[in-house]
Amino acid sequence: MFVLDNLTKIYHHRSEPVYALDSVRLTIPRGSFLAVTGGSGSGKTTLLLMLGGLIRPTSGTVTFKGSDLFSLTPAQLAEYRNRAIGFVLQTFNLVPYLTALENVMVPMLLNGTAAADRRNRAEALLKQLSLDRRMDFFPRELSIGQQQRVAIARALANDPEVILADEPTGNLDPSLSVEILDILEALNREDGHTVVMVTHNPQAARRAQTVLQLSAGRIISEKAVAPTGTAAASEGSRGVDKSN
Amino acid sequence: MPFSIGTIIWREIWQRKSRLVSGLMAIALGIAVITGIQTVTTVSRQVVAEKLDLLGANILVLPQAASLDDYYSADIDAPTFPEDYVERVATSMLPGVDNMSPKLSRRVKIGTESIILTGILPVNELASKPIWQASGLMAAELDLACATATAAGAPAAATTPIDPAKKRPVIDSLAAAEAWVGSVAAQRLGLTAGQVVTVEGEPFTVTHILPETGTIDDSRVFVHLHTAQRVLGTGTQISAIEIMGCCSAISDGLLAKLRNILPDTRITTISHIVNTQIETNRLMAKVSVIMLVIIVLVGAISIGNYMWANVEERRREMGTLITIGFKKRHIYRLFFVKSLVLGVIGGASGYLLGTGAALILGPQLAGLQVSPVFSLFVWSLVVAVGIAVVGSWYPTYRAARMDPALIMQEQ
Ligand SMILES: Nc1ncnc2c1ncn2[C@@H]1O[C@H](COP(=O)(O)OP(=O)(O)OP(=O)(O)O)[C@@H](O)[C@H]1O
Ligand SMILES: [Mg+2]
Repeated sequence: MFVLDNLTKIYHHRSEPVYALDSVRLTIPRGSFLAVTGGSGSGKTTLLLMLGGLIRPTSGTVTFKGSDLFSLTPAQLAEYRNRAIGFVLQTFNLVPYLTALENVMVPMLLNGTAAADRRNRAEALLKQLSLDRRMDFFPRELSIGQQQRVAIARALANDPEVILADEPTGNLDPSLSVEILDILEALNREDGHTVVMVTHNPQAARRAQTVLQLSAGRIISEKAVAPTGTAAASEGSRGVDKSN
Repeated sequence: MPFSIGTIIWREIWQRKSRLVSGLMAIALGIAVITGIQTVTTVSRQVVAEKLDLLGANILVLPQAASLDDYYSADIDAPTFPEDYVERVATSMLPGVDNMSPKLSRRVKIGTESIILTGILPVNELASKPIWQASGLMAAELDLACATATAAGAPAAATTPIDPAKKRPVIDSLAAAEAWVGSVAAQRLGLTAGQVVTVEGEPFTVTHILPETGTIDDSRVFVHLHTAQRVLGTGTQISAIEIMGCCSAISDGLLAKLRNILPDTRITTISHIVNTQIETNRLMAKVSVIMLVIIVLVGAISIGNYMWANVEERRREMGTLITIGFKKRHIYRLFFVKSLVLGVIGGASGYLLGTGAALILGPQLAGLQVSPVFSLFVWSLVVAVGIAVVGSWYPTYRAARMDPALIMQEQ
């Protein structure tokens, strides 16, 4: 699905270069579930936003289904985000003055879904996430877990191939985290969505098929998760500085 | 209403009401001030125009040394010129001179009241030129005269816009010992028709009390010109000739031709007579322009400030919308529709406020009966929307080019 080649992002902080990503090479196959871990400031968010076409790399390329993402125009990138990508973020980022149902309908406003279909699909998604009795609630009237489920429903609105999640359980207590992870896992296993999830939490990372570890913008390990649920070294492991 | 981007904009606008209200107030108050001033100015212009109509004459021949004040105050030493100037104009057969009225005006004491006595020639004595028969004292139908000249063949009576009750009366005959008294003068002197009034020691029978016209004529007493000349001891002098000239003829240089015929007089068009009033209006208009500039600036800054705060507040929301696939143009639309709504609501309420204030304050401050000026409504909307758009331009530009990554990372 994604091929990242020699991807580098340099920020300049007081004319000092900061390597948010440093020569990252990575292939994310279609239908995979990738967890991205690493310390604070290791470049996880930068990587995720780059997959979403929100940050341009300083050098290197991101190829999505065989075509170079950053040779697209800004408008095309916006369409790509609208159709191919569903974002789920730590703070859910629901639009506060729109109801749950309306929040889920927003992405469908942009891709030409007929008005009646918008409502039907949004209702179906919310029902699927057990929110059928919260459709007309505003975000502030919803619990944290419910808000995150609305955000997931919105990410799914245009049936994207890819779900990009940045600390989706970061604000949730353990039982709610499990609930959200179950949903993401089901989306990957049952519906075939490619999921890339940034997380600090090793428990959460273990729900993925592959766990990637970043340090200072570099990939220091890439491990397949053993079917038992514990991470085990694989051929993909780069074996660099595993202690990070 | 189906859910749309419009819904998003609308909800957002009402989301932060207190901010919205202060933003709206800035625009509405500004527009209100301008609308108020403009309404009073417009009405005052209309009043001037009406006065011009009522005054009738559109060309005034005065003695060289006379000022317009003299014409109005008619003081004892106001300069005069010979009556046969009338004859000079009449015999020149100038095209465009529809009728003439020579006048001698002097302030006199009648009882204890100081009243202006005006000597005039009645129509039957001006009949040497047939066209003058239309009116005698002073034809009120300024518009009529011009309308007949421009739209030939149209029935004159149908084109006159002036309330017939307010027309200056036509005095077709006037005996030597007869006086016509303006309504205000009659009131002040306590006169009714049939009574005798003594002016400069001579008795005059009041034959008519003139209906109210709203002009200076109301406070005058009219007698025959030659009688006036005798009792005032001026000889065959007059203080003014009021000429009804046709509008197109005036622009064709009638004034210059009259100046040729009457070189030692002062010839002025009626617009000069009400110059002071027009000047006042101009001043108001100037003040309006200055106010407009200030208001546009203040309004734009406060709307800009509001929109700016809005952009800052909405950074995360904007980031969310961008991750969902909003394009720059969607963001622009969000802000510009918003400023449009602000402009329309602000402009409309400003118009209502300003008009309301003018309706209430106009009669108190300017002594004018003010009515709403509807064209200002469109104008208010245009200016208010302009202010809102200008004020939100930069914040919107900032919002649209905001780096979404920064927003994500602020979490
Ligand atoms: N706009 C920016 N300007 C300068 N440096 C930046 C900017 N954005 C990110 N960085 C730097 O890039 C590096 C990677 O940031 P990133 O947000 O990707 O880290 P992260 O792994 O997501 O961290 P966290 O776990 O705390 O979210 C950090 O060192 C950060 O300081
Ligand atoms: Mg991060």
